[in-house]
Amino acid sequence: MTDRPLKQIHLAAHFPGVNNTTVWTDPASRSQIEFASFRHLAETAERGRFDFFFLAEGLRLREVNGLIHDLDVVGRPESITVLGALAAVTTHLGLAATVNATFNEPYELARRFASLDHLSGGRAAWNVVTSSDAFTGENFRRGGFLDRADRYTRAAEFVQLAREFWDGGLVRHSGPQFDVEGRLSLPRPPQGHPVVIQAGDSDEGREFAAATADIIFSRHSTLTAGQAFHTDVKRRLAAYGRKPDELKIMPGVTYVLGDTDEEATERAAEIRRAQVGPRTAIAYLEQVWGIDLSDHDPDGPLPTADPVVDSTVVQGRTRIGDPLEIAARWRAVAAEKRLSSRELVIEVTGRQSFIGTPAAVAEQLDAYVQNDAADGFILVPHLTPGGLDDFVDQVVPLLQERGVFRTEYTGTTLRDHLGLPVPGRR
Amino acid sequence: MPRQLHLSAAVDSPGRFDAGHFTALARHAERAALDFVTLDDSYAPEPHRLDALATFARLAPLTRGLGLVPTVTTTHTEPFHTSISVNTLDWVSEGRAGWLIGISDTEAQARAFGRKGVAPADELWAEAADAAEVAARLWDSWEDDAEIRDVATGRFIDRGKLHYIDFAGPHFSVRGPSITPRPPQGRPVIAVPVSAADLAPGAPAGSRARVETAARYADVVLLDAPGPAARLTAATELRLRAGEGLRILARLTADLPDGASISALIREVTEGGGGVDGFHLVPADPARDLAAVADHVVPALRERGLFRTGYTGTTLRDHLGLGRPANRYAPATPAPAAPTATAAAHAEVTR
Ligand SMILES: Cc1cc2nc3c(=O)[nH]c(=O)nc-3n(C[C@H](O)[C@H](O)[C@H](O)COP(=O)(O)O)c2cc1C
Repeated sequence: MTDRPLKQIHLAAHFPGVNNTTVWTDPASRSQIEFASFRHLAETAERGRFDFFFLAEGLRLREVNGLIHDLDVVGRPESITVLGALAAVTTHLGLAATVNATFNEPYELARRFASLDHLSGGRAAWNVVTSSDAFTGENFRRGGFLDRADRYTRAAEFVQLAREFWDGGLVRHSGPQFDVEGRLSLPRPPQGHPVVIQAGDSDEGREFAAATADIIFSRHSTLTAGQAFHTDVKRRLAAYGRKPDELKIMPGVTYVLGDTDEEATERAAEIRRAQVGPRTAIAYLEQVWGIDLSDHDPDGPLPTADPVVDSTVVQGRTRIGDPLEIAARWRAVAAEKRLSSRELVIEVTGRQSFIGTPAAVAEQLDAYVQNDAADGFILVPHLTPGGLDDFVDQVVPLLQERGVFRTEYTGTTLRDHLGLPVPGRR
Repeated sequence: MPRQLHLSAAVDSPGRFDAGHFTALARHAERAALDFVTLDDSYAPEPHRLDALATFARLAPLTRGLGLVPTVTTTHTEPFHTSISVNTLDWVSEGRAGWLIGISDTEAQARAFGRKGVAPADELWAEAADAAEVAARLWDSWEDDAEIRDVATGRFIDRGKLHYIDFAGPHFSVRGPSITPRPPQGRPVIAVPVSAADLAPGAPAGSRARVETAARYADVVLLDAPGPAARLTAATELRLRAGEGLRILARLTADLPDGASISALIREVTEGGGGVDGFHLVPADPARDLAAVADHVVPALRERGLFRTGYTGTTLRDHLGLGRPANRYAPATPAPAAPTATAAAHAEVTR
């Protein structure tokens, strides 16, 4: 460790809109849809010299038991359009949009991202997500035809095709997913190719990232899980002729600051209680158990029945794993720590990664990166839009003092910030 | 006071990819207090241009009053994406978005998507009408007061105020509701280009379907007609079909290299308005001609009391004198109030 120079940390800001970590009951919580909120968070991130600003996507409102989920923040804009507007009020900040490869077409999307890259002077990024659920497909021409197995096949062919369009000239392509011929109406984007992000954790997802992505948005936010993921993914790169630093691993993480560690811990617990109210706890259980639990007492023990596998009670959420296995694990935790249903949910769904004084948080973040559990972080604040203010004011200067985070932008494009070269034409 | 004109302009600039160019054009248009600007688009490789909606999103925070009406085509796009993109343009511009509906009728564009062949124009316009219907239903699929943030019950929204739209047509079906709350204008302004020839007796099926789409869905028609007499006939016909709520702006080339051409345009705009509500200026050289419009044409119209001296409202609907539409899914209520979100957002910017 000591024989190599300090790794530089990359930072991104996740807009706290539609997300179960967003606390809307706080009096300081503001609109999740007005432009002023997006602007505030983006300006804060740019003041903090962040690499990029990040927007998630969900193309159908979540449902539980056939009813629209009403407990979390609902209502989001179309990402590329918001980022186009943010390009006008920022100068250096990267602008990343999550856009589904299943419910879009390569020509159109390549053109939209190329336009964003031109309009922002080379700051666009695309988080390629995949989807196979017929539920979301009900909003689209394509419907829900795509097999789960085909998701990444389509995504890989999609990204390859998008890159050919970005490179310019006439593209002729005939493959299993797409049979197209065309030429974009605009020059190669300033970054050559907008930055590609991948967020998906299966084996196929990791392989897709190793072959294709510039950044992985991961969920592994503990040191050991992060290191294992880091080792696994970076090892896959060689097969594609890529070097380890050509793919940045950036887990989505949360943080809570306090003047003392105790105060931070106390605030963190309060935030968790706000994130998981009694009805939210039940909704989490329903997601695993796959049955209607509206009569279940959140302050009593976990349900005694076994989960129903492949239930359709919850729709529009990413699957979280094998329900039987999760239920067994949750039961063990509840028994060991004597937790009620709600306390259990608070305990096991906690993604509060960094809690403490600014100095402690800065030190932990740095340790993660220097110990190869990550190359940086996508910070997920819990408050819209002021949730990043304290981090930028209090933690960023400490990271800068440690010499692991830029004090000024040294380039103008997102590729510059990430240390990624403009790719050659194919 | 004489009847007030409505004026808009195209900012099409083939081969320009820099935001600064379009910002400069928008500043001229805003200085002139034009109702809106348009930017054409298609999936053809020529002319060289950026995505129109993205370009106007980039202008939104840099302008305060100007309406922004990009072309978005309906043939190869997803109506759901189009609806939320136009909706989002309305949010980022705080109520100044419109949508100029276009179709893609060439083999080259069909090949670029590779999903279907080229259909006849009447079918493409029928599909465009369905896309407009879906967009409008999705915009209405959230009632204005659906977001309740009720701490006592833990509910962020009142889900009774979100609505499935359940549209099913020959080209697509869309379930809804939207993922984006109702836009500040309720429904962004819909514009459709129509020519006098489309309205002529014996016009081809594609023309008839275009006029049908305009009559049903357009708030604004951009009318192509050769001269005042044809304008009057076409406008009369359009109003007969669409009713009095329609704003008709006649397309007029603005090629303004010198004083004589400027005087001629002022004369035409002042005297040639038979039956139409105003004019859509199509510059020959956007930077030069929009500057001339702001510096000379509009001041002359203001002197004659024909055009506003500044914006009197904040939304594009305000400029066009169109009310905020009631929500088709909401129980009928007395006159819908202006969205407080917009007012608040404006206050933010003003401070
Ligand atoms: C950190 C993270 C963030 C994600 N964000 C989104 C998102 O914003 N929108 C979306 O549709 N899917 C999102 N996904 C879902 C992925 O696209 C993918 O569908 C999911 O992870 C399942 O793929 P897998 O089997 O490879 O894990 C996200 C996944 C991860 C791990």
